[in-house]
Amino acid sequence: MIIDLARFVEKERPYWQELEKALDEIRARLLDLSDLKQSRRVLGLFQRACSDLARVGQANAEPELRNYLETLVARGYSEIHSSQTYVRRFRPLHWFLRTLPRTFRRQMWAFNLSVALTLIGMLVGGILLVADPDGRQVALAPFPHVAHQTPSQRVADEETANNDKQKMLEERKSSFSAQLMANNIGVSIKAMAFGLTWGIGTALLLFYNGVILGAVCLDYMLDGQTVFLLGWLLPHGSFEIPAILIGGQAGFVLARALIGWGTRDGMRTRLRMIVPDLATLIGGVALMLVWAGIIEAFFSQYHAPVLPYWLKITFGSIELVILVAFYWYCGRKTGPEEEAEQ
Amino acid sequence: MNARSTIATLHIATPEGVAFALPLAGPITRAMALAVDLVVMLAIGKVLSLAMGILRAVSNDAGAAGMLLSQFLISFGYGSICELLFNGQTIGKRVLGIRVMDERGLRLRPSQVIIRNLLRIVDMLPFLYAVGGIFCLLSRRNQRVGDLAAGTVVVRTVKATPPDIEGLLGGKYNSFRQHPHLEARLRQKITPDEAQLALAALVRREELQIEAVIQIFGEMATRFRSKVKFPEETVFGLSDEQYVRNVVDTLYRQSGKA
Repeated sequence: MIIDLARFVEKERPYWQELEKALDEIRARLLDLSDLKQSRRVLGLFQRACSDLARVGQANAEPELRNYLETLVARGYSEIHSSQTYVRRFRPLHWFLRTLPRTFRRQMWAFNLSVALTLIGMLVGGILLVADPDGRQVALAPFPHVAHQTPSQRVADEETANNDKQKMLEERKSSFSAQLMANNIGVSIKAMAFGLTWGIGTALLLFYNGVILGAVCLDYMLDGQTVFLLGWLLPHGSFEIPAILIGGQAGFVLARALIGWGTRDGMRTRLRMIVPDLATLIGGVALMLVWAGIIEAFFSQYHAPVLPYWLKITFGSIELVILVAFYWYCGRKTGPEEEAEQ
Repeated sequence: MNARSTIATLHIATPEGVAFALPLAGPITRAMALAVDLVVMLAIGKVLSLAMGILRAVSNDAGAAGMLLSQFLISFGYGSICELLFNGQTIGKRVLGIRVMDERGLRLRPSQVIIRNLLRIVDMLPFLYAVGGIFCLLSRRNQRVGDLAAGTVVVRTVKATPPDIEGLLGGKYNSFRQHPHLEARLRQKITPDEAQLALAALVRREELQIEAVIQIFGEMATRFRSKVKFPEETVFGLSDEQYVRNVVDTLYRQSGKA
């Protein structure tokens, strides 16, 4: 069948133009599909465009007209069939106080795995430090300033820092902070992205971090510098280390979706389901690392007698308690809006 | 809804029972868009470094911090911010006429945009987007790793205006209308593919070189003349192009008048 194309276009064009206008308005949030009258009208126009596309397809009509109708139907399909939750405006406070902690708890298994791998790494780092005469140099290789002097020597250096060193620290606090943020966020993104290697890359990264952390901690503890260690690491580490672990958590969530444990859904469906969780977790990590970067540059680098260790340890401990409470308790109460959604 | 794909097209079937296809962007087009984006990112970086240079005059430390953070934000945030703000398009994609969309044809979610851009670091491995390029070549939907994970595809943006069929066919005298029985036979004998080809030739007439116009319409007219023979006085003096135009008018304007 070959339709009367000119008459067909002439008759249908006003409806197509009306649908185009409605779709523009929906995208610009000027038209609300929750209004029943409006949504019926838009749906009617969309169905009409679908029907026109079917007719044009059967008629084997002009390709340009078919392209136009396909584009129009594709736009309509995208706007009309997307769930309203996608369309809703991003609410930063809701995301921070509810979505982020809920997502973290929902994917708790992956966080536990991150913690376990880091702890195993710490154990290996500790063993490497005490069992092998060259182990200290190997385990602490990424931190030459730590490896080439004993913890006691470093503590003595830090506590008797002369004016030049203090001045140098003062002069580059902001850039040091920015460098830390960029570097740590980059590492967390890698921890997540390496989940694409079925989690092997993520596991290796966490394990390696654990080895270094374990070696550093044990080195200071064996040298009797536990208080310095806590005062140095806790203020920023209470956010930085969990942030890297959450980055690893995101990586394992991604890896599980690729492997497909515990579900009969196809890979595309599995990935589709976890993408919002990945974005949420990595968003939380970025926020945590911004805070950790500020604290490390502006607070952690000052030691006694400038800042007493008890103050630094207390501050770091309070941070850690707040962080745990945030991820554990926030967003547990379901509001009426969320109940309706469920 | 279900989605199936061929090498260069994303096919989507809607619950309304209609299928539509969107042309996918190929690896070369995407690489060119990326090249444009890299130039834009360099330009933005240069402008920001100038701004930070001014800030450095006030505070060296703040300027250096600003520089570091802006470089980091450009490298990780440029793609996400542009695609979130400009309906799945970066400047490079806009220039090359492509855009990111959900692989099921639904609205692109912010989380998809963020993840496809963050996973770019895997696509870039080990150098020059080798992983992303290989995946793009092997994938049925031309998806790089980030696209596969985020459930996105990159499609070519199609010109979205209805063709002016009335302007093309309307207002012109068609001598075939004097012979309705021959017109009916013509409609019977010409296949839908031939009809579509003739209409497409008329729509694209202005885009063709004159030699091509003469050749194409000549071949078409010969073919159509062999299908139905109109009386000599009806076709006398008709050029090949006018002959094809009359055929198309007969086929697509059934209510038209002589």
